[in-house]
Amino acid sequence: MEKANEKAYRLHLMVCAGTACVSNNSFGIKDALEKEINKQGLEDEVLVVTTGCNGFCERGPLLVVQPGNVFYQQLEEKDIPHLVEEHFLKGRPVKKLMYKPPKEKSPIPILSDINFFKKQVLIALRNRGLIDPEKIDEYIARDGYSALAKALTEMEPKQIINEVKDSGLRGRGGGGFPTGLKWEFVSKSSTNGQERYIVCNGDEGDPGAFMDRSILEADPHAVIEGMIIGAKAIGASKGFVYVRNEYPLAVSRLIKALEQARGYGLLGKDILGSGFDFDIKIVRGAGAFVCGEETALMASIEGRLGEPRPRPPYPAEKGLWDNPTCINNVETWANVPVIINRSADWYSNIGTKTSKGTKVFSLVGKINNTGLVEVPMGITLREIIEDIGGGIPDGKKFKAVQTGGPSGGCIPAKNIDLPIDYESLTEVGSMMGSGGMVVMDEDTCMVDVAKYFISFTQNESCGKCTPCREGTKAMYEILDRITKGEGKEEDIDLLEDLAKSIKDSALCGLGNTAPNPVLTTLKYFKDEYEIHIKEKKCPAHVCRELNTYTIDEKTCLDVGHGCDLCRKNCSANAISGETKTAHQVIQEKCIKCGVCYDVCRFDAVKVK
Amino acid sequence: MTQEIITEIIGKYEPDQSSLIAVLQDVQEHFGYLPKDALTDVSKELDVPLSRVLSLATFYSAFSLQPKGKHPVHVCMGTACHVRGAQPVLEAFERELGIKDGETSEDLEFSLDTVRCVGCCGLAPVVMVGEDVHGKISQSKVSRVTKKYKK
Ligand SMILES: Cc1cc2nc3c(=O)[nH]c(=O)nc-3n(C[C@H](O)[C@H](O)[C@H](O)COP(=O)(O)O)c2cc1C
Ligand code: SF4
Ligand code: SF4
Ligand code: FES
Repeated sequence: MEKANEKAYRLHLMVCAGTACVSNNSFGIKDALEKEINKQGLEDEVLVVTTGCNGFCERGPLLVVQPGNVFYQQLEEKDIPHLVEEHFLKGRPVKKLMYKPPKEKSPIPILSDINFFKKQVLIALRNRGLIDPEKIDEYIARDGYSALAKALTEMEPKQIINEVKDSGLRGRGGGGFPTGLKWEFVSKSSTNGQERYIVCNGDEGDPGAFMDRSILEADPHAVIEGMIIGAKAIGASKGFVYVRNEYPLAVSRLIKALEQARGYGLLGKDILGSGFDFDIKIVRGAGAFVCGEETALMASIEGRLGEPRPRPPYPAEKGLWDNPTCINNVETWANVPVIINRSADWYSNIGTKTSKGTKVFSLVGKINNTGLVEVPMGITLREIIEDIGGGIPDGKKFKAVQTGGPSGGCIPAKNIDLPIDYESLTEVGSMMGSGGMVVMDEDTCMVDVAKYFISFTQNESCGKCTPCREGTKAMYEILDRITKGEGKEEDIDLLEDLAKSIKDSALCGLGNTAPNPVLTTLKYFKDEYEIHIKEKKCPAHVCRELNTYTIDEKTCLDVGHGCDLCRKNCSANAISGETKTAHQVIQEKCIKCGVCYDVCRFDAVKVK
Repeated sequence: MTQEIITEIIGKYEPDQSSLIAVLQDVQEHFGYLPKDALTDVSKELDVPLSRVLSLATFYSAFSLQPKGKHPVHVCMGTACHVRGAQPVLEAFERELGIKDGETSEDLEFSLDTVRCVGCCGLAPVVMVGEDVHGKISQSKVSRVTKKYKK
């Protein structure tokens, strides 16, 4: 192997090449670093490595210097010569490129001292930012594939299943079904001489979540290793990874990882000389949310329309091509090697009574530190939002957090001390889902949020069953008219009735859970609905058809000197005035786009 | 011409139904959409009825039966982008390009579509033009973005 003659570098510069950092020019930073390092003659001492998503996307592009864990952020190419000379040549870390928390004066040099990272416990994301995902040797150097070796050479299938059962691991794809129990079902179902299959669900349908993508991109071997262990446990010979259509980088990383694993004898015939055969195929999704549902997903793998079918029979009995199939989520698979390596006891010490281990959330929306966070189950919302997330930007007030995506609900601010696990989230009307966590502030309209999710599920309803297809459409129409000021008092009752009937009669989870965002907003934010209906106003000014834009002529003239920017930007020609005069909105022409409000630098445009 | 490309694409897969979606994906990637005669060829070569090929092509949103623009614009409508104002951005693109969501401009320069979470929620609202990611877009920045790609 090439490892033996690998050079010993003094410093490793880990440049984040996750999606967000790449769009922030992290490759430009990488090139600039390499160029400057060569120029300073440091190429034999300092190595530049690209890694998967580090999680702290908000601050990209990111660089972590190892050893030492020194964290640099928001880098620009012009910073690089100074950085290379000062830190990597002269050994003086550059303070002004380090992270400084919003309200503090001095920067924090070390990654692990930063609040965003401090409260995180990394299991599924254990290798994030530490390895080059395209190099299997780096995965192996961090204990990779040692769990597989243990499972194949020291453990019986039954032992593997028991270990996973005892760990308390539950499905991370939404349902939270105990993973070990599922494995046991599959391993016991009869095959009539046919094969058993393993599937990894990487369809990631929640429109506010991207952890599965990040795991596949940053650490594909963790998922592959988990799948091989699972295959051994249930006696499968073939596996499939179903990856969402929009994730080309994940696909290419997986292809590479599978080739490398085959090259090392970790996949294919007679794995590690144990006599066990197993291989994995990649299947690309084609852009249908419902295909995340397991029966629809399997139909799609078989090349059919991705429509769900009633369960039972469950995939564990009749899955792919009617054979027993074990389907788990990406994050679930990534947890497996750690459980085998470190024991069920160790794992089940983390978390709450019913929910063990950690969960990855994508913390997004109106929050200072956007990014992926992995936290122990049982952590409170407050710790996530205030400590890790750094609170709400611009001093705004926290209103609610949405979890569980289109199947979940909105949890109001009063529940901020809720410890998070599968049960507690369900109790407040939401759910764990795949781990989307969207923070909302006073400028978010809850009726609009409900409408957003219903329009999503309505679009994504496969159309097979009537309650889902027609019910979500009817709900959407009601919500739409409320946001346009045409709501009627009886609409709230109507929404509740529709929600109940869809919940009870839809065929699959998509329909059953579709009403949740509406029900929770009705439960916790009914007053907002009432203001829309009775006063024809949107308190958050999001429903633009209910807004009236006017210009405060005094401010426009005295402060803005009639800068004319709004008139130039108004595509409806709805603003009168010229430079150095006060401007007015011509209400009859105004299309309520809000551009004038956005562009006015003097707060002269008012919205009511 | 089309026929040869189709034969080449199909050659990469097992010649049965289960490869249908993968084949259509490659065809879509090659032509930017699914041309009619390509679908007929696929149906013949994989021995799947054309009606089935068409029903897959319309069910899955990754497929388009119409050509897309030279600069495909994708406005992210994921949750994070939505709460940070993606809807007004989409409408601003519709006004700026003179086409609606899902349409292609007559000169085939631009097409406009919505996507869900492209994985850079930290930069929300996000718009992709081809492979380029534009973050922290507001409706007043829209014309600046399109200007970069106009002839
Ligand atoms: C409408 C719908 C969409 C779903 N989308 C996903 C998804 O995107 N990813 C996922 O892993 N599971 C999804 N699921 C759950 C799967 O059906 C299945 O329960 C899961 O993949 C099992 O894996 P787990 O036990 O490891 O969570 C979805 C379920 C429903 C009803
Ligand atoms: S942009 Fe503001 S200050 Fe300038 S003319 Fe318009 S309203 Fe007046
Ligand atoms: S809201 Fe839009 S249409 Fe109305 S005045 Fe402002 S810029 Fe013009
Ligand atoms: S929601 Fe738009 S990038 Fe995630």
